Order: sequence, then structure tokens, then C-alpha cells
Amino acid sequence: MTHAHETAIEAVDLVKRYGDVTALSGLSFSVRAGTVFGLLGPNGAGKSTTIKILTTLSTPTSGSATVAGVDVLARPNDVRRAIGVVTQKTGADPQLTGRENLLLVGHVHGMRGRAAKQRVDELLGLFDLTEAANRLVKQYSGGMQRKLDVAMGLVHRPTVLFLDEPTTGLDPQARSEMWSEIARLAGHERLTILLTTHYLEEADHLADHLVIVDRGRLVAEGSPEELKSELRGDAVVIDLSPEASVDAARTAIEGLAGTREITVSGRTIRTRVDHGASAVPAALAALERSSVAVAAVTVARPALDDVYLRHTGRTFASAEAAQLEVAR
Amino acid sequence: MTTLAPHTRFLTHRLIMFTLRQPAFVVIMLVQPMIWLLLFGQLFKRITELPGFATGSYIDFLTPGVVIMTVLFSSGWAGMAFIDDMDRGVMDRMLSSPVSRGAMMLASVLNQAVSIVVQGVVVVLVGLALGAEFSGGIVGVLVMFLAAVLLGAAFSCLSNGMALIVRTSESLIGFSTMLTLPLSFLSSAMMAREAAPDWIQTVSSYNPVDWAVVAARQALSADPDWSAVFLRLGGLFAVAVVTGFIATRAFRSYQRSL
Repeated sequence: MTHAHETAIEAVDLVKRYGDVTALSGLSFSVRAGTVFGLLGPNGAGKSTTIKILTTLSTPTSGSATVAGVDVLARPNDVRRAIGVVTQKTGADPQLTGRENLLLVGHVHGMRGRAAKQRVDELLGLFDLTEAANRLVKQYSGGMQRKLDVAMGLVHRPTVLFLDEPTTGLDPQARSEMWSEIARLAGHERLTILLTTHYLEEADHLADHLVIVDRGRLVAEGSPEELKSELRGDAVVIDLSPEASVDAARTAIEGLAGTREITVSGRTIRTRVDHGASAVPAALAALERSSVAVAAVTVARPALDDVYLRHTGRTFASAEAAQLEVAR
Repeated sequence: MTTLAPHTRFLTHRLIMFTLRQPAFVVIMLVQPMIWLLLFGQLFKRITELPGFATGSYIDFLTPGVVIMTVLFSSGWAGMAFIDDMDRGVMDRMLSSPVSRGAMMLASVLNQAVSIVVQGVVVVLVGLALGAEFSGGIVGVLVMFLAAVLLGAAFSCLSNGMALIVRTSESLIGFSTMLTLPLSFLSSAMMAREAAPDWIQTVSSYNPVDWAVVAARQALSADPDWSAVFLRLGGLFAVAVVTGFIATRAFRSYQRSL
């Protein structure tokens, strides 16, 4: 109903506190209509909290937001009519069939009779679920359930679709299928998609524009290309043998010409160089001179993981591990 | 509010399908009240010999009591469906869609009402087979069902509201058990009011479970005191409306915790 809006989502200074815990500390971003927008960050970064606020499930401690041109705090029911939501959990009733689940969504949104049936059949076809349409959802595979979830988010032709970690828990094949579904949706329907993910490749693959959040704050923003081009050159990752001295290795790498952004995490040293292929022999020779034993060396083209590392000072994996520590 | 009626219809349909697709659950639902009637009927057979019992047949006395107890034990669990929905993500999906919150509550109440009436019919048939006479006839039986449905509505709303607040099945089971057993024993469901100690008589006159039992028993008697029946039905209706209102407000408490 609000196609004309240039901006599909506008979040302004969102803060959310749960008691002493601050989940969001002043997050702002805006999403252009008709694009796929990625919200990237490790578990616990505040992605789901953001989605809950934008989909009217939760309210911010302070700050404001509009979705499809409607204020989420002032007119939540109008927002609910304009959006489709796919949460991390499935959301489909396991004791109903795929078709019944889709029809229920259509009915809730005021669709009736033949119009509702046609739309449901269309979506079943689109997501390759026609054969399974009359089976109970509890018999569906994980990939099929996830496709049904997305279909359920689309029944009423929303203008904004929220996908909260749509591929978490899917096997690689189901994940790549889901990616092509999302890419197709983004291309065909006049739809804005806000996607959260903790898979860097996923954001890289699908998002036109993305923000990286860490500990409830925005740390970087841009297209995947822009973010990656901030990083000149290749990443060289050196894993040291258990008996090697990390300090000696660091000193040796620092002494080499052309190495920058050196970081150490555990027994792994990362650095950035202009030409990975020629830097590796020099680095190995330097380490050899300092009697540092090396377990493995890898050279990588810039990836979003490096963007994340650069902006937050930690790798994605270590941020997730730290989050697990906290949860425990 | 224009969405209340259609949403209630669609959501009630969903809940009834959910029940029908679990045949084992349906069987247990139907067998359990029969067992109670047969078991208590045998166990307390000679209780009518106690002073204070006006009626001669314990089955006539017990049938309304079992119908009402069945209500407590099924409606007390109504909130489990909410908790399942929360665990699966269905609740969050609903709440971020334009589903009427009132319809979510009402659908749960109607779903309970359907199973209460079905269970009630089974209990009445078994009661008749065991020799109950139900002097109040069909009208008496219908009034009993009405009392049962109103009490069921109040307990479903209470259970749903509690589910939205505690959000785990363990806590809800504890709450439901803690509430239903004392309330049924603090009523005249199993025992004539006159045969119970004074303090229980006093407490039971404030107990909606007892209102439902008394209304049902009066309506089924040969010469019902209709003013007593309507007074209690009115009380039950008021309790159902108030718990329904409070339970619907509990959606806010749930959303605040998200």
C-alpha cells in the first residue's frame, strides 16, 4: 500500500536494554526501497532485537523507526499489514499441512475464497512445494520448512520482508537453494528485504547494501564491494606450531617490508600485504631465521571477515566464541 | 475489531484440527472422564448414607461433579498450546501479523468449549448407563453444559494468561496443578456441601468451581431453584469476562519480555 516510499525502513538511534544488559546502543540505518539489505554480525550483536523492534514484536527503550513509511510505535497494526516476517524459529504449525499454513496466513490478512487459494497455489509452485502441499509440516525436511516459512511471509504481498537468519541450520544444498530463492524474490517482486545473517558469504552473496553490527552498535556500512575495497591487498594467515614463540613470530613479521594490520589471536598471526604470493616466501624465511616453527600458511583475497576484523578488532569466529562464553 | 470474528473462526479451526490430528489424545480425552465416573462411583458408593446427603443416587450426584472436574483438568492445560506456539515461533509470527489478540484468546476458549461439550456428552451417557435419572431432563443437561463452558472459559483464559507470563511448560503445569486440585476439593463436586466441614462450606461459596457444580446440580434436579442457577451462571460469566480481559492484556507482558 505504500510503494512510493523511497525509504522502506528507517531506524533512528535505537536503544534496547534488558535490565542491565544493553542489546542495542544507538543503532541507526536506513534501507532504500526495493533493495536487499544485510544486517551482519555475530550472535548476540543485536540483530534479532532490531528485527523484533522493526516488526512490532518489541519496543525500543528509546529511539524510533518507520517501516513502509509507518511509525512502528504509533501505528503497529498498519506496519503488521505491510510486512512479512520470517523469524529464526519456523513459525509454521507442524500439525497443519503446508497449504493450510499458507491459507491461514492469507485468511488472517483478509484474503478470502478463490483469491486466497490462487495465491497459495502460486506460492507453493514458486517454492517447489506443490507436491508436499497436503502433507503435515512435521513431516517436512528442514529445507522444505524454511521455504514454507518464507512463502508464509509472502502470502499477503508485503512491501517489506524480514528474514531473520533464513539459512541457519540448513545443510549446504538447502542453503544454496534458499539463496537462489531470495535472489529471485529480490529481482522479481517489488520487495524490500531486510536479511540478518551471521554468515559472511551470505551477506556478500545476497545483500546490495549492508551494515555490520557488533555489541549493539553499527561498525561499518556500505555495499559488500565497497567494504571489501577498503582493504587493499591480500590477507596472509600464519598458524604457528604449538612450541613456537608468538612474540618472536610477531617481531619477525613486523620486521618485513610491506606487512600491515598485524593482529594476533591465539597462535594465529594475520597480516595484510599487497601481493600475497610473493610475501609468503619472505615471511617464511623471516620466521625460519627467528627459529619459529610454522604449522600452516594461507593467503586469502579480501573477504567480509577481514572487514569485520578490521572494524571490530576481532575475528567473526572469536566474537561468536566470546558470545558463547557469555551465554554460559 | 472487525477482524475479531473472522480471526476467531480461523484460529479455532486451526486448534480443533490440531486436536483431531492426534487420535491418541482424543481417545484419552474421551476415556478419562469415563474412568472418573466409574471409579468414583464405585469408591464413594456408600457416601450417600452419610448424614447431609439429600439425594439417594450417588451417580446422579456425581455426574455433574465429574463434568465440572473434567473442565478444570482440560482447561487448566489450555495454555500449553500457547507455550508450544512460543517454542515453535508461531506466537511471534502471529504477534507480528495483524491477528487480533482477542481472537487468539477467544479461539482457545471456543476450542475448549467444543471438547468440554463432547466430554460432557460422554459423561452424561455413561451416567445414564450407570442408572442416573437426571430429573431436570434435556434442559438441565444443557444448563450443565453452559455452566461447564463458562467455567472452562475462565480457566482457559487464566491458563493462557499464565502461559504468557511464565512461558515454560514446567511452570504452567505447576500452576495448573496447584490451582485445580484444591479448587475441586474445595467445592461440592465430590461431596455434598452439608457433609463438609464448616470452613470448606464457607470457602466453597466463593469458589467459581462450586458455582458451576451447584448450577449444574440444581438444573438437573427434579425441582430446580432457577434463581440460584442464574445467579451462579451470571457469576461465572463475569469471572470469564474478567479473566479474558486480563489474559488478553498479558500479551503485552509477553511482548515486553522480547
